Amino acid sequence: MTTIIVLVKQVPDTNAKIAVNNGRVDLSAVKMVMSPYDEFAVETALRHREAVGGEVTALTVGGPAAEKILKDAKAIGVDHIVRIDSAEEMDSNALQTVLTKAVQDLGATVVYCGKSAADTGAGSTGPGLAERLGWASVSNIISATFSDSISAVAPGSGGNVKLSVPLPAVLSCDKGDFKVRKPNVKGIMQAKKASVEVHSIEAPASSVTLVDQSLPPAKPAGKSYQGGAAAAEVAQLLRDEANVL
Amino acid sequence: MTQTIVIAEMTTNGVHSSTAELITAAMTFGGEPTLIVPCTDASLADSAVGMGAGSIIAAKSDVFANYDASGWAAAIDSVAPVGTVITSASPQSKDLAARLAAKRNISVVQDAVKIQNNTVTSPVYSGKAMQSVSINGPTVISVRSNIFPAATGGASSASVLDTTGKIETSVQEFMARASQRLDVSEANIIISGGRGMGSPDNFSHLEAIADTIGAAVGASRAAVDTWEPIPHSMQVGQTGKTVNPNLYIAVGISGAIQHLAGMRSSKYIVAINKDADAPIFQHADYGIVATWEEALPVLHDSLKAMMG
Repeated sequence: MTTIIVLVKQVPDTNAKIAVNNGRVDLSAVKMVMSPYDEFAVETALRHREAVGGEVTALTVGGPAAEKILKDAKAIGVDHIVRIDSAEEMDSNALQTVLTKAVQDLGATVVYCGKSAADTGAGSTGPGLAERLGWASVSNIISATFSDSISAVAPGSGGNVKLSVPLPAVLSCDKGDFKVRKPNVKGIMQAKKASVEVHSIEAPASSVTLVDQSLPPAKPAGKSYQGGAAAAEVAQLLRDEANVL
Repeated sequence: MTQTIVIAEMTTNGVHSSTAELITAAMTFGGEPTLIVPCTDASLADSAVGMGAGSIIAAKSDVFANYDASGWAAAIDSVAPVGTVITSASPQSKDLAARLAAKRNISVVQDAVKIQNNTVTSPVYSGKAMQSVSINGPTVISVRSNIFPAATGGASSASVLDTTGKIETSVQEFMARASQRLDVSEANIIISGGRGMGSPDNFSHLEAIADTIGAAVGASRAAVDTWEPIPHSMQVGQTGKTVNPNLYIAVGISGAIQHLAGMRSSKYIVAINKDADAPIFQHADYGIVATWEEALPVLHDSLKAMMG
């Protein structure tokens, strides 16, 4: 049976304004949602299940508040929802070590995740997890077809490239040219009743530690012009002042 | 003193010029960085001479013919000394950075824009905040382009090391881009259109300017979502591509928070919009309040005259 795991992460709503207090981003007033690319990963996981059969488990690492996005994943059709309990900040080495253990414990043929999380934007988890599991990985896929292996399309040099990916593998998902499904009433009801499996896995100490967070430096006011004729002057300044042409 | 290693960013013809910026970033740890040039043909490493590396290693392997994360990480790991590793922050190199770090059971920090005394700063929350972390011991760090100045001088020749790794994926098909134009993720100049362009047909005016100045053409999410002919591959922003070119020209783009997230770190920003209150103007170095119909012909004529 094909066992599919999809990694999901809770992040601030991407339309939210980010505030900083005492050197830390303050998320107390911000709505938390599933990271946008993870929605494409969930959709791809469900399509994989529909193509070949099997079961999909949505997995997250975090505190109890992170269970909301697991319920969201359940509402659109995943079979199982699992949270690895963690309250602490982890560097990539610690997080990937925990996820590697979780994937080994749960067992999986394939792992999907978003190409990057909307908070860090790093995109390290998919390829890092694959390396630790000794699996193949392809990042930033925009479509996939499923059989004993996966045929995935990802950006390459000079255009896209279609790759044959042997299983087991980790695939990170970019926004694809398809719509992600929305929950229906039945799904939402089932998700409410669904229970979250909670595991705890010991993380190694982090060697990368947070020093501080700050707002980006304000950009000095630029020059502004009225009317299209000013485009001639701007073109000149781009060469003479900005030196970018 | 930490040994630092730089992985060269490659083009089909050799070492990408932005590699000299990575060497400057590596020098913040002191010492003379070792540059590893992943290649199938060792002579490609000659193009790294003059980029400031203390030594240049041409890591030669058939593995490097096409990108495969697993094969590349293994082939680079076996020739790279232990130490902090610097890579580009291109999508492929970020993937490689993560895989290489995992192979060595160390951490990776992506998208660095500042490195000082073992403290690495990167944008987070799509550039809405900056985050500084302290690194302790060897780490893999990907570095954004157009931030650090290019290094010069250094080693005058490359030594060759044969290497190999197991390739996991295989190429079924190269799907050439419909257009010959650069992709937004590769371009140093980008001209993007939003819904203010009125119709996807009007993007031809952006393309004409792009061809004059060697730019890529991008689009806002609103434009991509509204108009079928504008593909997602052109989208700049939170759910599209994050870019930081030398010059970003936004035409008919209001500057929604999700678009700003993808382009606010551009070195220079020009905004053309008929609405003087559009948020994009707060981020523009040069803002022109005008319709695109008024401004683009003037801009194009001036650029044509300059590029002559």
